[in-house]
Amino acid sequence: FQAPAYHLILEGILILWIIRLLFSKTYKLQERSDLTLKEKEELIEEWQPEPLVPPVPKDHPALNYNIVSGPPTHIITVNGKECINFASFNFLGLLNNEKVKSAAQASLKKYGVGTCGPRGFYGTFDVHLELEERLAKFMRTEEAIIYSYGFATIASAIPAYSKRGDIVFVDEAACFAIQKGLQASRSNIKLFKHNDMADLERLLKEQETEDQKNPRKARVTRRFIVVEGLYMNTGDICPLPELIKLKYKYKVRIFLEESLSFGVLGEHGRGITEHFGINIDDIDLISANMENSLASIGGFCCGRSFIIDHQRLSGQGYCFSASLPPLLAAAAIEALNIMEDNPDIFQTLRDKCERIHKALQGISGLKVVGESFSPALHLQLEESCGSRENDVKLLKRVVDYCMNSGIALTQARYLEKEEKCLPPPSIRVVVTVEQTEQELDKAASLLKEAAQSVLN
Amino acid sequence: INHIVHNGGLYKRPFNEAFEETPMLVAVLTYVGYGVLTLFGYLRDFMRQWKIEKCQNATEREEQKDFVPLYQDFENFYNRNLYMRIRDSWNRPICSVPGAKVDMMERVSHDYNWTFTYTGRVIKDIMNMGSYNYLGFAQNAGACQEAAAKVLSQYGAGVCSTRQEMGNLDKHEELEKLVARFLGVESAMAYGMGFATNSMNIPALVGKGCLILSDELNHASLVLGARLSGATIRIFKHNNMQSLEKLLKDAIVHGQPRTRRPWKKILILVEGIYSMEGSIVRLPEVIALKKKYKSYLYLDEAHSIGALGPTGRGVVEYFGLNPEDVDVMMGTFTKSFGAAGGYIGGKKELIDYLRTYSHSAAYATSMSPPVVEQIITSMKCIMGEDGTTIGEARVQQLAENTRYFRRRLKEMGFIIYGNEDSPVVPLMLYMPAKIGAFGREMLKRNIGVVVVGFPATPIIESRARFCLSAAHTKEMLDTALKEVNEVGDLLQLKYSRRRLVPLLDRPFDETTYEETED
Repeated sequence: FQAPAYHLILEGILILWIIRLLFSKTYKLQERSDLTLKEKEELIEEWQPEPLVPPVPKDHPALNYNIVSGPPTHIITVNGKECINFASFNFLGLLNNEKVKSAAQASLKKYGVGTCGPRGFYGTFDVHLELEERLAKFMRTEEAIIYSYGFATIASAIPAYSKRGDIVFVDEAACFAIQKGLQASRSNIKLFKHNDMADLERLLKEQETEDQKNPRKARVTRRFIVVEGLYMNTGDICPLPELIKLKYKYKVRIFLEESLSFGVLGEHGRGITEHFGINIDDIDLISANMENSLASIGGFCCGRSFIIDHQRLSGQGYCFSASLPPLLAAAAIEALNIMEDNPDIFQTLRDKCERIHKALQGISGLKVVGESFSPALHLQLEESCGSRENDVKLLKRVVDYCMNSGIALTQARYLEKEEKCLPPPSIRVVVTVEQTEQELDKAASLLKEAAQSVLN
Repeated sequence: INHIVHNGGLYKRPFNEAFEETPMLVAVLTYVGYGVLTLFGYLRDFMRQWKIEKCQNATEREEQKDFVPLYQDFENFYNRNLYMRIRDSWNRPICSVPGAKVDMMERVSHDYNWTFTYTGRVIKDIMNMGSYNYLGFAQNAGACQEAAAKVLSQYGAGVCSTRQEMGNLDKHEELEKLVARFLGVESAMAYGMGFATNSMNIPALVGKGCLILSDELNHASLVLGARLSGATIRIFKHNNMQSLEKLLKDAIVHGQPRTRRPWKKILILVEGIYSMEGSIVRLPEVIALKKKYKSYLYLDEAHSIGALGPTGRGVVEYFGLNPEDVDVMMGTFTKSFGAAGGYIGGKKELIDYLRTYSHSAAYATSMSPPVVEQIITSMKCIMGEDGTTIGEARVQQLAENTRYFRRRLKEMGFIIYGNEDSPVVPLMLYMPAKIGAFGREMLKRNIGVVVVGFPATPIIESRARFCLSAAHTKEMLDTALKEVNEVGDLLQLKYSRRRLVPLLDRPFDETTYEETED
């Protein structure tokens, strides 16, 4: 039978159209076809980029570093002057400990300095495995994983679990490393007011109503709360028991950053979970760096194997970076030994913190920000002079006065344009076990004097 | 495709880079292999789901079973079913200094790699062809170790503060001046971690409204730094200068997408030696392009510093170029200096800006003093300032080892990727089963190699990677070559179809060309 004529014509047109499409040039949307070669060359000639970096004024406060000659221990030589150290996070005084140094020396004699490889490629040493076991045992969790850089610990841990489309509720005062981890994860970030559980509950309720509108999406969207044990920027602790209640009510996982509270809070120094008496399995992930109480370098995460093992293949700072030098791992193990053998240093540290917290009250012009048992306090101006730059200059004069009289202090440094919620300028006061009571009193009285002379 | 390029006199020496094409039969068989593994993977998952087989994965807590699952099941498919089978090739624990020979802790698995137990035995003197020990500075005795020990007893191990606060020691200032002198730049700054050097400083240099042109095969740290900066990222084909030029032209002529505003600045991200391919960046051409189109160059010399160039100053010296042409010279101390950390070198304005605005300077702890001392001593050794010629000898030894090893492997018939002068030697395996087999067979013969598969490489291009070192003597290399030859015959790895005519033993001369017969 014959096909009808219109059918054949239609098919013929279709075939011709296909042939035309096959042989026509590909169609680019962005090509501005009205530019000739000469015009393009002129554009290339004319274009002037910005300079790679803008010039930095010579007197920028962050440009001129303090130069420390010799070890940054209890008595520190800053810019040629000998001072008592109130600025290094050496809470348990382990930086200068002879046992720690000899353990590191033994490791140096056995392994040399560097590991020459990432963990996957002959960079896993028995010291790393031992340190991970010891940390897991100390914190009473199943497993721990070590990173070779404190900043990279939480900044790699968060993106390993939280991806695009997931929701993270984070405190406004979270430190910069957490902010970078959140940025790398591309998740939805919801900030709640610092330590304000009512605000957090409001956000969680809002999320719940969103979920009811779209239950299929809600079933695959992971939720996390990221908080710090002891906040670096404000010196106070998070209300962990309420957070645990919210966790089970709204089915959100908790990531806890314990850089300042590890080795400080709790009867045995296990951190904020021991301080509040909470079961450690209730926290999904605890991350801390070993650069404060343990006086080494690096960081670790601990928790259940179900959670920690995932970072061994997806933690960027773990897989793509060389492992921790063995001498630093040995130093950390010895520091842990000392922490386990002398559990009374934690109470001594807390007593000293209380003492200086009380002594610093009532300085005219400066207010103390931080809990009474926090070893890292901030001193902020009671009244700002108007601009941040002037506040920073004023605080610098206070710091210089103290340095000239033998107490080493520093201002808390931030990247002003990069922080999400920039804290006000402040002087950082750090308490360590090595400071005697006379030195604490001397520091407090010197600060009073400095405030009097500079601010009045 | 074999390139021997002398592009208009830009290159002062022959540039021999080769990436032989995958033979068709091998590619087909590799896909078949992955297909079989995937089928078995589904079967095993099915059996695990229906409890016919015991599930050995760690599982969620009982109290949290009704939370949203933390991992997608499919994300972990590769991990559970393919990676787990050959997991013993990675994370091998060692217990001695990672020099030319290393001691490994023996571990066995009784449940097909789900859990490992250590037998307590130590396998001694395994030849180490996996550690990044290019100049052999991973030593536990000698000048470097003694200096580091002295600094350790004086300064301690940690620093407990950031650079901008109280963590800037006199040692750091000394190191930075030395690094600047070594590289031939105005000024330098050092950081505690090489990965973090990239991920924290690229965001400080570029931001929104800038353009980043990044090589296809850049390292994860460069990719992360580029993403965190917020700039637009465009990728050019690996080491392909026509692709880069086209992107540069398009960018300047058309400006930003949609608004057509001109870009604020353009930054080109390249690496000196790419560690998975063994290729060297075409630096003379990149610099010519950068000057023509007024963009900035960020060179990551993680693997090439110390390993290339007649005095070990890196890829800039290798090509005989001026270090001032590279705007940002970045590198790491982990590979050739036997320490840890990274650095950035460049003009004084750049380094002053980074001292003020780098994320690492404000928030991250500074480098540990004994590590700093190791870098200072090893750098002085390479420069010859410690009064010996050890550094110079090591750089020569590495270059000789590289050329010898690569030539012999190519003669044997393996497919070797990359540039003739790069100390990173990737040997192609292709098939998934051979990845595990190669690693295990070489370990049986007391040689430790690194094997890499997906996702670090494209899925059909799995490879074994040898990292040569100045600490390897010719006898060690000959032993290794003999074993590789044996294993290559056993596993049928000699895929190369271009048989090279073996050269008569000529002295190593840079103008020697390879003779090929088809």
